[in-house]
Amino acid sequence: MAEADTVLNNPGTTREQDLIARVQRGQNELFYELVKPYERRVYAAALAILRNETDAEDVAQEAMLKAFANIRQFRAEARFSTWLIQITVNEALMRRRRERTVVMEGIDDRHDEESEYAPREFADWREIPSEALERKEVRQKLAEALGTLDRKYREVFVLRDMEQLNIQETAEALGISVASVKTRLLRARLMLRDLLAGGWEQGWFSRLPFEKGSKPW
Amino acid sequence: MVINCEQVWHEISNYLEGDVDAALRAAMDEHFGTCKRCASVLEGTRNVVRLYGDERMIEVPAGFSRRLEKRLAQSARVSSKPWSTWSAWLVPVAALALFVGGLRVANSLTGEQRPVQSEHAQTGHNIPPEMLVVVSAGAKLFHAPGCGVIHNKDKERTLTAKEAMQEGYVPCLRCMRKYMETATAGHAALGAEANADLDADDDDPQGGGR
Repeated sequence: MAEADTVLNNPGTTREQDLIARVQRGQNELFYELVKPYERRVYAAALAILRNETDAEDVAQEAMLKAFANIRQFRAEARFSTWLIQITVNEALMRRRRERTVVMEGIDDRHDEESEYAPREFADWREIPSEALERKEVRQKLAEALGTLDRKYREVFVLRDMEQLNIQETAEALGISVASVKTRLLRARLMLRDLLAGGWEQGWFSRLPFEKGSKPW
Repeated sequence: MVINCEQVWHEISNYLEGDVDAALRAAMDEHFGTCKRCASVLEGTRNVVRLYGDERMIEVPAGFSRRLEKRLAQSARVSSKPWSTWSAWLVPVAALALFVGGLRVANSLTGEQRPVQSEHAQTGHNIPPEMLVVVSAGAKLFHAPGCGVIHNKDKERTLTAKEAMQEGYVPCLRCMRKYMETATAGHAALGAEANADLDADDDDPQGGGR
């Protein structure tokens, strides 16, 4: 299996592939460099599931250690970030199962919302530009809005839209069907859209220098 | 195809995913052109996806990176190694692989070489079967990557310890001994058990493959 050598000698190899191959060959000290770009995402995935910062950090660390211990089983055809996030989700779900009753989990998961959701109509809404994320109060409001979603919506939304897993990967990570992912994702996005649009009415963003009427609806 | 607002809302997430067929997409585009409310829902939803997908939305507690790095560094030191952090189930698997591999090695040797090879085999008891090792053309040992006594480095090949043993390579005493010295007591005990099995099978004419 000259795979690792091939990767190392291939000038087209990305820095990440190179690091993976080196760690797989025993250069353990490079592991942190390999995972550093993803540490925030790993933490966010754990937090989405556990909703407790201390637990999320602990699970993030555990997941990294598990990835380290199993790095030789990682195969190049997978995305490293996805692999890492999936390990994290798995760790977080196991932690939650240990700490909550199985019955509660079961009941919650059976109630997949199939009824139609009618998005609210707003007289005054405009797009929030990405630059607004520089402001802590904006990030905080968005995080609070996300925090109000039911767990099943929040988890799917975080994995798909924040962690950038695809629909199939999200389904696999959470152990639910692709159809459920789509249903929950739709609901999560619409609810967040309503929450953010409603935020204009509540003055969340009123002190921000967005061009008035840039995109009034 | 003409669709109403409810149908648009139902598909708006799939629309953003690019997961609607051409006819539906065309119908939705037409609808957005005439329905201000649905256009607002589309833009708002798109805004949500863009905002939350931004790296800046992910914040970690103060000191998170430092604590993570420290914990990984501790683990890397302990496991240097490899493998004290490996799950317990790997230990018996490794022992089994070495047991099988050891048999093949043992059977391929002449009697007078046996004591030396037996020593090699003993040092290998904690090597996980999936560990990547290096072999080179014309040599009979397999090494941990970076071992200073690899010959013919230009003809190196990487494979798993299990594969190396199946091909008849035996562990390099130098790099594998170092590795053995960091093994935990638990690993050592398991190694001793595996060694006992090996010794028993060395006397078994039926044992092994080659």
